[in-house]
Amino acid sequence: MDKDIAILAIESSCDETAASVVVNGRDVRSNVISSQIDIHTLYGGVVPEIASRKHTERINQVVRAGLSEAGMTLADMDAIAVTYGPGLVGPLLIGVSEAKALSFATGIPLIGVHHIEGHISANYIANKDLEPPFACLVVSGGHTHLVLVKDYGEYEILGRTQDDAAGEAFDKVAREIGLGYPGGPKIDKVSKEGNPAAIDFPRGKVAGSRYDFSFSGMKSSVLNYLNTCKMKNIRISVPDVAASFQQAVVDVLVSHAMWAVDEFHLTKFALAGGVASNSALRAAMEKACAERNVEFFCPPPILCTDNAAMIGSAAYYEYIKGVRSGLDLNAKPGLRLGER
Amino acid sequence: MKILAIEASGPVAGCALWEDGTLTAEYSVQYKKKHSQSLVPMLEEMKEMVDLELSSIDFIAVTSGPGSFTGLRIGAATVKGLGLALDKPVLPVPTVDSLACNLYGTDRVICPLMDARRQQVYTGIYENRDGLNVLRPQCVTALADIAEELNGLGREVVFLGDGVPVNEKALAELMKVPYLLAPAHLSRQRAAATAVRAAQIYAEKGEAALVSSDDFRPEYLRIPQAERERGDKRNYKVFV
Repeated sequence: MDKDIAILAIESSCDETAASVVVNGRDVRSNVISSQIDIHTLYGGVVPEIASRKHTERINQVVRAGLSEAGMTLADMDAIAVTYGPGLVGPLLIGVSEAKALSFATGIPLIGVHHIEGHISANYIANKDLEPPFACLVVSGGHTHLVLVKDYGEYEILGRTQDDAAGEAFDKVAREIGLGYPGGPKIDKVSKEGNPAAIDFPRGKVAGSRYDFSFSGMKSSVLNYLNTCKMKNIRISVPDVAASFQQAVVDVLVSHAMWAVDEFHLTKFALAGGVASNSALRAAMEKACAERNVEFFCPPPILCTDNAAMIGSAAYYEYIKGVRSGLDLNAKPGLRLGER
Repeated sequence: MKILAIEASGPVAGCALWEDGTLTAEYSVQYKKKHSQSLVPMLEEMKEMVDLELSSIDFIAVTSGPGSFTGLRIGAATVKGLGLALDKPVLPVPTVDSLACNLYGTDRVICPLMDARRQQVYTGIYENRDGLNVLRPQCVTALADIAEELNGLGREVVFLGDGVPVNEKALAELMKVPYLLAPAHLSRQRAAATAVRAAQIYAEKGEAALVSSDDFRPEYLRIPQAERERGDKRNYKVFV
């Protein structure tokens, strides 16, 4: 191996301000995350204007902490990486503007990174031996993508959600049954006391598109169930509703994932994104993979939620391919996977 | 002394370099709203053009608000990145004060108007005969309010800023004192004016005028809509 490649990575696509130093794509020297969740909980979801203001207030402190916790300085960096999409445009612009200014002032090359590629790459950090090809299910509050990872930086999207992201559906259902925000972890927790077979919620399908997802109908059926109970004066069991809804979501995610494993004869499967921390999803996916003798990968929770280490990992594989971004790099809220 | 000035608060993206009273360079573009793409390449071009050694600047001046929330943050994050990388402090210049510095040596009062949407303007009232004198500090208010205040002063006025074209008709109805509208080269935010104003502030206040790039934050003059609505529901006294 030649010289070590150190990358300072910055992530600000939603409500986490994060910075990290990653060496050679898999060696995380620091992973600083400043979350705004307490503020957004007051509003029941992320408020873009408030998120943008908070990012602006914290960005320098977070970047400094990222460098100092790694015991390194800007001068030690071979590249500066930043998430430039997809995400909320206001928040994205803070990281992008900061990274461009750092790159301009130091002459260190800039690499714009796709947020979803970052999530997928979290698996490289968690599993030093993992190499493409494999399939990855990226599930979070903003994204639900089933992706074929053909090679480093080479992706084919097999399916994506046609409406709500899985995490978004969790948030909405959690709000309706009085669990509050953020819904994912709260539903996960209360589901442990419920019966996942208590209510038979439909498993969402998208006509003519086998791998795509639809969660909005599933969410609506929960709301209908709650309304019906209310009208008939039936007391609902929050744990049962939560567990049954979660089971419906998990069933859909696992079945789609396994269709891909079977169709493409894959031997490796990975989870990524905030919802990958859901214990029922992890357990079900692990079981399904084991039944097929498929190796299962899932990053630890700290690498599942938004973080900059995953951006640094994805950037490394771009760096060694010679990919560099110009100082005119812009935030692209609707950036598609594989788009440059 | 060397000041690097940055402007992104409104329709103009700009940068300027001020060295001991000389305006070495100024780059100013008012073209659509792509500050996020144009600002750093403009800095790069200016740096190359005048062989600027970035480490030689004393501080970074920036229009700190009010203005477009997004524009202010693009400016702020850019300044923060520069400040961090170069280990230089920031001198925040109130946007409306900087606009007022476009004009000089007039007996008229100067009234910058920035379109603040929601039937309001970011504005203030100034004299700049031989140094900036703030009669009404920058604020967000209805056009009628600032017009009434100007009428009350009974002095001739010069208006400038991107709030002028959108309010030209209303001004004609509201104003009872004679007024002029500044021509194009004086009527928008300019990084050069920000640099000059920063030099004046530094001359007055010295180091006390500087903040670290970590601590710098824009002055929005408005709280976020979600916060305002939440406050309304709870019957808080809300300022806008």
